[in-house]
Amino acid sequence: MTAEKKRSTAIVPIRIPAEAAEPVCDPRLSDVDEWGRSEKTRALARALYEPIYSKWFRVEWEGLEKIPTEGGALLVANHAGAIPSDAPVIMHGIEKELERPVYGLADYFFRTVPVVGTLWARAGGVSARPGNAYRLLKEQQQLALVFPEGTKGPSKSFTDRYQLRRFGRGGFVEIAMRAGVPIIPIAVIGSEEAMPVVLRLPTLAKALGLPYFPITANLLTMGPLGIVMPFPAKFKLRVLDPIYFDVPADQERYSKSRVMEEAEHIRTSIQENVYDMLRDRRSVWFG
Amino acid sequence: MARRVLVTGADTFWGGRMIQALEADPSMDVILGMGAKMPSVPFERAEFVRTDQNYSILNRIVKATQVDTILHTFMITNSATVSNRAMHEINVIGTMNLLAAAGAPGSTVRHIVVKSSTLVYGSSASDPSTFHEDTPRSSPARNSVERALIEAEGLVRDFSEDNPSTLVTVLRFANVLGTHLTTPISRNLSRPVCPSIFGFDPMLQFVEQDDVVRALLHVTRGSIPGLYNVAGDGRLPWSEVASICGTRLVPLSPFTPLKIRPLSRLFDLPRELEDLLRYGRGVDTRRLAATGFEYQATSAGAVQSFIKALRLRRSAGNKPGSYTYEHDVEQFFRHSPSVTGAPGGD
Repeated sequence: MTAEKKRSTAIVPIRIPAEAAEPVCDPRLSDVDEWGRSEKTRALARALYEPIYSKWFRVEWEGLEKIPTEGGALLVANHAGAIPSDAPVIMHGIEKELERPVYGLADYFFRTVPVVGTLWARAGGVSARPGNAYRLLKEQQQLALVFPEGTKGPSKSFTDRYQLRRFGRGGFVEIAMRAGVPIIPIAVIGSEEAMPVVLRLPTLAKALGLPYFPITANLLTMGPLGIVMPFPAKFKLRVLDPIYFDVPADQERYSKSRVMEEAEHIRTSIQENVYDMLRDRRSVWFG
Repeated sequence: MARRVLVTGADTFWGGRMIQALEADPSMDVILGMGAKMPSVPFERAEFVRTDQNYSILNRIVKATQVDTILHTFMITNSATVSNRAMHEINVIGTMNLLAAAGAPGSTVRHIVVKSSTLVYGSSASDPSTFHEDTPRSSPARNSVERALIEAEGLVRDFSEDNPSTLVTVLRFANVLGTHLTTPISRNLSRPVCPSIFGFDPMLQFVEQDDVVRALLHVTRGSIPGLYNVAGDGRLPWSEVASICGTRLVPLSPFTPLKIRPLSRLFDLPRELEDLLRYGRGVDTRRLAATGFEYQATSAGAVQSFIKALRLRRSAGNKPGSYTYEHDVEQFFRHSPSVTGAPGGD
């Protein structure tokens, strides 16, 4: 009886909802969009990152005109350095030069880290799920950036530098095919020397639940500052020719052999271009 | 075409509202409400039957009344209101009995509408940012309400495969906010301080309470079968929800979920909300929109409609519940030969 009374106060008075749909105004206070990204945060991040981009890494691009100014495209690059600087460099560079946002797809591990996960999302990071990539590329025709090596790239030690790891299971090719967008490979050099991994502690990583736990040269030379501070290696990036696939979009499945073949082809061409750029490099610090 | 509709959970918030909305539609010939307790809102012409919570006598009612549509609104989506066992009884056993009655030989039921929740998608770090109706969950269910809803939806899916001639609609509603409904989220937002998990600011999607009723009406009237997400457009971070509502966020420790257990009593934090406050949830709503449904409120609009009603209640006070269901009086109004007009008078 008491329960019934208590509930009734919450329910009456009742009015029948109006039939005609008149939209209620949308009282948004912040500019955070459906991906959790905020233009204000991004503007701040851009302002803070600009000196690192142009003064610290002195980034140089080659073939930037190959990135389309409209329509979706999947950017694919090699990934290196304990805390990889290649992701912000590519994202910032394209946004600065082409004035087009780039959505960085990263392992969902990011989302589980307090503060970092939220900042990452506000700055334009999206967790690397096939559904997210499809929505970005096909439905919203955006630029998305992936590193198919995943954590295998940044976690490799300095002795293996510029040796590209396996390109996952080729999922990125399948997504580009399904979304009907080209893949644009990007070869990056400089990222390995910005934060070289001297030693890996897999047991500690496991205990902490991290994908890897590197001891970096930065940490050894700069102390705690080295956790976030990269060395001022010269960054050079080369955009390769876009790869279009002659398969129909929106298929349930794509031939696995074709997918793996394309993925391996992309990996090889990035690897060759990395070697080519290293051949021309006279100095790690001055390019 | 005249319809004969049976509404479950007539004693609950949603059942009561649905019956009142159906009463306004003259094409709804017979409206029958079932509930375990007495209804707390007045019904114009609907008949009320008091049953047990898991509807063991539903079979006989369906046979006797020849209903063609069942509106199953009695699904618990808030684990704070009932014990796990009661929730299993209501969501799973209740749905099972309902489907058994609807699928019995000679059944007249042609359409079943089930009110489910986007809780079936869960909320975890590995989720896509947007769930489509066909997107599978990315992690197994960790709390009883999600498990119960998934099991109930499974029963509904089996039923629709076994009975292809019966239309089956499942609507998955996002978190509801509105002028009258009380949920753990609305209770938290109506206090001066409101919990958040430190370092997390999840993107949330809401649906306005009137849009819930309108969506259920829309699929019932149009006999639209299928599985649909129902949520307002747009998503907003929890911090923004709190600032629209003028409440201050109190961050709880993110590392040991068990540590916030004692606080969950202070804060109304059922298990399913803890996950939501970390990772949020977004759903794709284009499928329902394609059937011609138009929302009145966006997600942010739902938050606003809630807070406006709350401000009014704070200033003008809560209107006392003036209605009590009197069985004999209702029977008199409906069946006595002396009654010539509509009962009215509330």
